[in-house]
Formats: sequence, C-alpha cells, structure tokens
Amino acid sequence: MTAPSASPGQAERAAISRNYRPPGAVVIEIENVTKLYKMGEEIVHALRGVSLNVSRNEYLAIMGPSGSGKSTLMNMLGCLDTPTSGKYHFSGKNVSTMTDDELADIRNREIGFVFQTFNLLPRSTSLANVELPLIYAGLSPGIRRERAEQALRDVGLGERMMHKPNELSGGQRQRVAIARALVNRPSIILADEPTGNLDSRTGEEIMQLLEDLYEQGNTIIVVTHEEDIARHARRVVRLRDGLIESDARQA
Amino acid sequence: MKRLLYEFTESFRIAWTQIRANKMRSLLTALGVIIGIVAVTLMGTAIRGIDTGFQNSLALLGDDVLYIQKWPWGPVEDWWNYANRPVIKTRNADEINRIIGNTPNSLLEVAVPVSGRGSTIKVGDARVSNVYTIGTSADYAKLSAADYREGRLFNDSESTAGTAVCVLGCDVADALSPTRSIIDQTVYIDGHPFRVVGVFAKQGEFLGLFSFDNQAVLPLAAFSKYFSTKQNAELRVKVRDKTRMTEAKEELAGAMRRARGQLPGERDNFSINEQEAIRAQLDPIKKGIAFAGLFITGLSLFVGAIGIMNITFVSVKERTKEIGTRKALGARRLSILLQFLIEAVSICLIGGVVGMIVAYSLFAVVRSGAPNFPVEFSPDLVVVSMMVSIVTGIVSGFAPAWGASRLDPVVALRYE
Ligand SMILES: Nc1ncnc2c1ncn2[C@@H]1O[C@H](COP(=O)(O)OP(=O)(O)OP(=O)(O)O)[C@@H](O)[C@H]1O
Ligand SMILES: [Mg+2]
Repeated sequence: MTAPSASPGQAERAAISRNYRPPGAVVIEIENVTKLYKMGEEIVHALRGVSLNVSRNEYLAIMGPSGSGKSTLMNMLGCLDTPTSGKYHFSGKNVSTMTDDELADIRNREIGFVFQTFNLLPRSTSLANVELPLIYAGLSPGIRRERAEQALRDVGLGERMMHKPNELSGGQRQRVAIARALVNRPSIILADEPTGNLDSRTGEEIMQLLEDLYEQGNTIIVVTHEEDIARHARRVVRLRDGLIESDARQA
Repeated sequence: MKRLLYEFTESFRIAWTQIRANKMRSLLTALGVIIGIVAVTLMGTAIRGIDTGFQNSLALLGDDVLYIQKWPWGPVEDWWNYANRPVIKTRNADEINRIIGNTPNSLLEVAVPVSGRGSTIKVGDARVSNVYTIGTSADYAKLSAADYREGRLFNDSESTAGTAVCVLGCDVADALSPTRSIIDQTVYIDGHPFRVVGVFAKQGEFLGLFSFDNQAVLPLAAFSKYFSTKQNAELRVKVRDKTRMTEAKEELAGAMRRARGQLPGERDNFSINEQEAIRAQLDPIKKGIAFAGLFITGLSLFVGAIGIMNITFVSVKERTKEIGTRKALGARRLSILLQFLIEAVSICLIGGVVGMIVAYSLFAVVRSGAPNFPVEFSPDLVVVSMMVSIVTGIVSGFAPAWGASRLDPVVALRYE
C-alpha cells in the first residue's frame, strides 16, 4: 500500500470525505480491447486494440478527434457495452462475460455517469433525479432522501432540491447530474463531454467541481476534445482511429 | 425483494406523472377500457338483478308449491297434444285431498283450488280495474306465509258457505280507500258487493310483470256463484318436504291420475309445474345478456388494449433516452419492464375506475327512474372490473414493455 502522495491538507480532506478510498489500487484493467460495429456490409473498427489501467483516485482525460473512439471506449469502461474481443476487469472482476443485469448492478454500484446532455428526467425534481440510482440500489426512502440531499448540498444545490430541470440553468442541471453520479458512492465517475453543452464560464465551474471531487478521493475519467478541459486532468490518454496514440501524466 | 417494492412505488409515481402530463392522450386511450368496463358492469347488474328479482319473486310463489295445470310452463312444440286435455276442475282438489288423507306418510300436505279472472273493484267513486281476482279455499292460508297488514283470510265456514267476503292486495286497498281502513267496508267486485275482511301486507311484483299487491282473494264458492260456474281451476299443492320435490311430484302425478281415473300406460293429461320451470325459462335470457355483454366487453376491451399497446409503444419511443439513462444508472431489465407495464396498467385502472363510476351512475339513474327494473349492483363487480382492467393493462403493455427492457443501453442513450 502506497501512502497518499498528497499534501497533509489534502490528506486530511480526503480522510474526512465519505468518498475516501485508498489510492493506488487498480480499478480498471483493459487489455487489447476491440469493438466492431457492422453497418450493413461495412464494418467499422471503433476500437482496434486498446490496453489501459486506471487506478483509484486518478483523474484521467480521454482526448482525440471526432470518430476516434472516445465514446465507444467510455461506454466500454462504463459497462454499458461489452468489447468484441479483449479483456476487461473491473475491480478484479471479469466484466466482458457478464449478463445485462450483472452489468446493470455494476453500473449502479461502481460507476457514476455524467452526460453531455445531462439526461435528467424532465418531470422529476432534482431530489427525485438524484434518488434514482438509490432506488435501483434498493435503499429505503428515508436513506435515499438523506443521501440525495447530502449529494445535492455537496454540489452546491442545497437550495434547488425541489426544482425541476426546466427550472434550472444548464450549469445547475449538470450539477444535479453530478450529484446523481456521486450519490451511490461509485468507484469511478465517467463524464462524456460534461461541458459540451455549457458556455465556457459555466464549463469551468463544472470542471472546478470535478476537481474538488477528485481532491476528495474520487476517481474521474473525462472525455473531451478541448485542451482547456483536459488541462484539469492529471493524466491524458489520446486516441486516434481506435488506438491509443499517447498516454501521459501531467502536473 | 425490498428493492422490487421500491421500484414498484417509483414506477407508480412515474406512471402517475406521465399520465398527468398527457391527460387527454391517456383519457382517450382509456376510452376502450371505460366502455368495456361499463359493458361488463351493466351486464353484471342486469344478470344479478334478474337473479335476485327472480329469487324474490319465487319466494312469493312459494318454493314448496306444485301447480297442476292444463299447460306446462315454458314453450311447447306439440301444442295440439295439450289443447285436447281436459280442463282442471275445482273438485279435483277435493279428490286429491282425499287421496292425500288416505296415504300414510304422504309427501303432500294439501291441494288448494284456485280460479282467477280480472275484475274491476269499486267503492263509491274510487275504482280499480284489472284486479286479479281469485277464488280459493281457506287452505290458501297454508300455501304462502303471506302476512296481513290488517284483518285475516276468510275462515272455513265462510269458505264453504260462499260468504261474500274478500281479502285485498295492499295496492288495491290503498287505491280504493287511501285515507281510512277498508276493513269491513263493502266493495263492489264487477258489481257484486263483498265485505273486506283482510288486507295483505306488501309482497311485491313478480319480475316486474305481475303484482301480488293487485289481487283480491274470495271464497271459491262465492267466486263460482258470481263470476264463473264452469269450476275451472288450477290446483296449488303444498309439499311437506321441499328437499324431496321430485318424489312429491311423482306422488302428486299418481294422485291426479287416480282422481281422473286415467288408465295405466296412458299419458298424463295434465301438467305439474314448479318454480324450476320458470327458472329454466329465464336461463336463456340470462345467457343472452351475458353473451351480448361479453361480446361488447370483449370488443371494446380489445380495441382498448390495442390503443394502450400503441400508446405504450409511443411512450417507449418518446422516452428511449430516458430508458438509456435509467439503464446507465443501474436499472435492470425487470425494472424497465415493470415501469412500462405499470404505466399501461395504471391507464387501464383509471379507465376501470371511470367505467365503474359511469356504470354506477347509469345504475343509480335506472334505480331511481324505474325502481322495479331488475338491476342490482354488487361489490364483486368492482373486484371483477379491477381485475379485468389489470389484466388488460398487462396483456396490452407487455410487448412494448418487453421491448423497452431489452433495449441496448448505448443505443438507447444515443437516441434523439
Ligand atoms: N452504434 C454504432 N454503430 C455504428 N457505428 C458506430 C456506432 N457507434 C460508433 N460508431 C462508429 O465508431 C467510431 C467511433 O465512434 P465514437 O462515438 O466512439 O467517436 P468519438 O470519438 O466519441 O467521436 P465524437 O468526438 O464525435 O463524439 C465512429 O466512426 C462511429 O461512426
Ligand atoms: Mg463521442
């Protein structure tokens, strides 16, 4: 077990965080993963053999030009999709052979999704939206409410719990989505272009929120094609034509 | 298990918001179910109404009474075989009573002759026409446990003497003398004076066709003297043990044959009727109503089910992205299946409730407008309707809900 490499102040914050997990343990392990799509006669190689390890409390950005396979990789990492070939172990469990319902449980417990288009239920309040993963986790209404309220306060929306999505700004909507991603204390948070539908200032606020969550010990993977966004991450993986072009740590 | 319960409540909540957001669409979709439920409920009230109305009416006839008549109850095809039968005479009752008296352990108690006709009864300016007037013996009291609102039946001596006394049905009595008691007044039955000795308590109508409260009962001898010298009658025979009706019927047939001096091998030249015959006649009517009701119900539920299936398909299509999101958040296949099934069932249940309300209102209108019309509303109808609604919802919602549950989350999330 490696000791936390963060400064004492950060370590303290991490220790009090309810999301704290010891850093270093490997969460995601993919080996030579490929993904083929059949479009009629034509076969699209979305991923041509990608290998990647992600450890706890990493902050990773996946970059690359349009069509390079970022979203495909993200869906794979998020257990929304299974690879055509190759291995995928999530926290040591072989995901590539799991059934739909087993994958659903992994997504529920281990993964928090943040989408470019927020994907909130339009007719439900912020609170109900954030409670949703907890319903599928089988938690009782009391606990659900308590934890959803806490998650909303954590993203600075303590005053907006009973608002519906159309009563919120874009940035607030994405905060609700982040609260929803956090609420079941997942191992990783996956964000596919989380700022893609936001102006640059609001986008920057959202990135600051993700930064805070990282500081509190969360593992975060962000897909983006904006260098400004990727600058927040500590490690950048660049894809091109379904292959990893570079994988570099940054300050 | 708990998780399933939470998903259930969540699904109902979602279904409710969904229906509220699409009020008009949901209502129109539920229309088929509404009509179906109205049809099934009205059919139920009608059948049940006929049943209870019938039970009550039969109770008026007495379920331990056999009727000896020239014609059987119910339709006959070979009417010419019956037309030539000898008419039943009042003296046949005396003969049968004698035979009963000589038979040890007879299953029969007493035979009562009844002759009848329609008459007009007057007191002063008041008159009632079409009163069913019957002449009978004092044994009539043994036939039915009819209560008397006032007075009594004529006694044996009045009966044998043919005294001009009568007992009136309560409607007749009220029409003739609305303000004061009619007992001991003289009424004119088709012009002949009779003293009223009793008034029957309210008995009700037979299937809304014939009122037992619109009768006048006279001693047979008086009836014969004034109205008919032919002595034609039917015989009403009281049975001691109504659980042994068939045997009693056989005994009565034997007695009647002896009274008539029929030879062995000769066919009975009379009919012994009982309530059962009426019941048997009513069965096809009930079946007809049930068939028509089920046909309408089935048809409208079928149309309703298709509408709901369609709307659920639309709903799944509209919310494909939501399904993807839910799956990403950890919804299993069953969760999605339940969600859309419950939505379909909820629409059906709303249709069912509205249908029940409509049916009940119709029932209440009929009840107050025509109190004697045989309808009866019962709680089982509510249960049946709710079951029918739920089943319709499940059947019609299943295909789209199943499709939704099998959606690939990635494909669903991409859907715009
Ligand atoms: N469901 C699918 N069916 C067929 N082809 C697909 C499907 N999904 C992705 N592809 C193809 O796979 C390749 C990679 O797609 P992907 O969505 O991963 O790209 P991306 O890097 O996310 O691009 P963008 O930056 O535009 O979002 C593309 O060529 C795309 O057309
Ligand atoms: Mg993409």
